[in-house]
Amino acid sequence: MAKYLLLKHYRGAPAPVNNVPMEKWTPEEISAHVQYMRDFATRLEGTGEFVDGQALAPGGTFVRYDGEGRPPVTDGPFAETKDLIAGWMVIDVDSYERAVELAGELSAAPGAGGEPIHEWLELRPFLTEPPTVTE
Amino acid sequence: MDEALLRSLTPGVLGVLVRRGADFAAAEDAVQDALVEAARVWPADRPRDPKAWLVTVAWRRFLDAARADAARHRRELLVDEEPAPGPAPSTDDTLQLYFLCAHPSLTPSSAVALTLRAVGGLTTRQIAEAYLVPEATMAQRISRAKRTVSGVRFDRPGDVATVLRVLYLVFNEGYSGDVDLAAEAIRLTRQLAAAIDHPEVAGLLALMLLHHARRASRTARDGSLVPLAEQDRSRWDTASIAEGVEILQAALARDRLGEFQAQAAVAALHADAPTAEETDWVQIVEWYDELVRLTDSPVVRLNRAVAVGEADGPRAGLAALAALDDASPRSRNGGHPVPRYTAVAAYLHERDGDLATAARLYAEAAREASNLAERDHLTRQAARLNARRSP
Repeated sequence: MAKYLLLKHYRGAPAPVNNVPMEKWTPEEISAHVQYMRDFATRLEGTGEFVDGQALAPGGTFVRYDGEGRPPVTDGPFAETKDLIAGWMVIDVDSYERAVELAGELSAAPGAGGEPIHEWLELRPFLTEPPTVTE
Repeated sequence: MDEALLRSLTPGVLGVLVRRGADFAAAEDAVQDALVEAARVWPADRPRDPKAWLVTVAWRRFLDAARADAARHRRELLVDEEPAPGPAPSTDDTLQLYFLCAHPSLTPSSAVALTLRAVGGLTTRQIAEAYLVPEATMAQRISRAKRTVSGVRFDRPGDVATVLRVLYLVFNEGYSGDVDLAAEAIRLTRQLAAAIDHPEVAGLLALMLLHHARRASRTARDGSLVPLAEQDRSRWDTASIAEGVEILQAALARDRLGEFQAQAAVAALHADAPTAEETDWVQIVEWYDELVRLTDSPVVRLNRAVAVGEADGPRAGLAALAALDDASPRSRNGGHPVPRYTAVAAYLHERDGDLATAARLYAEAAREASNLAERDHLTRQAARLNARRSP
């Protein structure tokens, strides 16, 4: 078993195929999209592969240590360079192939025109604890 | 309350119920009820035969539940014709349960979860904690697994190899939560070894004991990895090593070699060496040759290259590595299909005196590492060599 993070980007990933901004979808299309994501998570709970999933607000702040006794410096978002993470889902699956398969399904969420958005999702394995057998 | 005793009795009790014809999921529920009842009653009134007590209570629970069901379905008569509970403590039942929980129709993770639950008697929460997933997720995984094997007939023995694979998966997990999975795997393998006479079961038990014996010395206080050659051998558990070696020797004497026995033999040779320098690498290479013959796995060939590097020098090790490269070439998008390949290459180049190549490979291996402790260890190796090379 291995855990993977499915990362959904606001920005920083290549453009999806069906690239229409969400505010230009019809309300029904938005509902269908939201429902698809929800059904996906519910299905993974049922298969015992769901670990966690959260959506993130787009506005982030960069924070930096500014020396002893001074308040941290805050700035940003640095719109030119910063990738924006829209949300994530953590899955626990039997193989890398299964993780790719699920990411593919999630990327098929319907968008404008009820067509799949073909969004690029980033798939990242978790670093694990060391195994018992090492040599 | 003796939790260890209850857990060791669980599979036998569950096995009796299933053999008597109880549906697996219903039997499991009934046994859980009986365990709760035992926790309530035993402290004041401990039965003389705990297993018989559990079987009786669990069977009654199962019948009650089945009757309630049957009443709804007007099938009460059928249930009343079931044989009455009697003393039937048989190791066969336990064994069947192991086979059922490791059934090939289950995915590895489901088999692991079901084994820990049904054979190990762990709670769903304990298993979920050990595998760092939500309890609800683990509950689903287990109930799906139960449904999958519910239709499996309980009439012929399964494949021991599948059971051993599942137990090895449990053993090889990291540690989190309040259950030590390595210790749990040893307990279950011990139980299996008592129920079945099979040299590979003994081989796996020996392998686990030998690895477990060295566990305390494998990580430093801060959690960083300590390589075998640098481990404090006085912290190895000599009783565990002696037991592992004894079990292994008895198994090997039966002349039915399998991969777990061969792996245990390698572990025994490490455990046997008073210092790292005195390790019998020549004999370890011979055991790896056996393992290559038995499994032809690239991971085994990689380990063999390490042993060859120690037995015949780093150049010979690098040559063995090159042979492995021909068999399983690097994947296109960076990284090697065999885990730890780059780390081994780095080590052999360092031994060979090529520090620049070694430093570069250690850094690369760190990026490929799949666990945190290993990544940090490899990064430190690269940093150590880089610090040595620059003035």
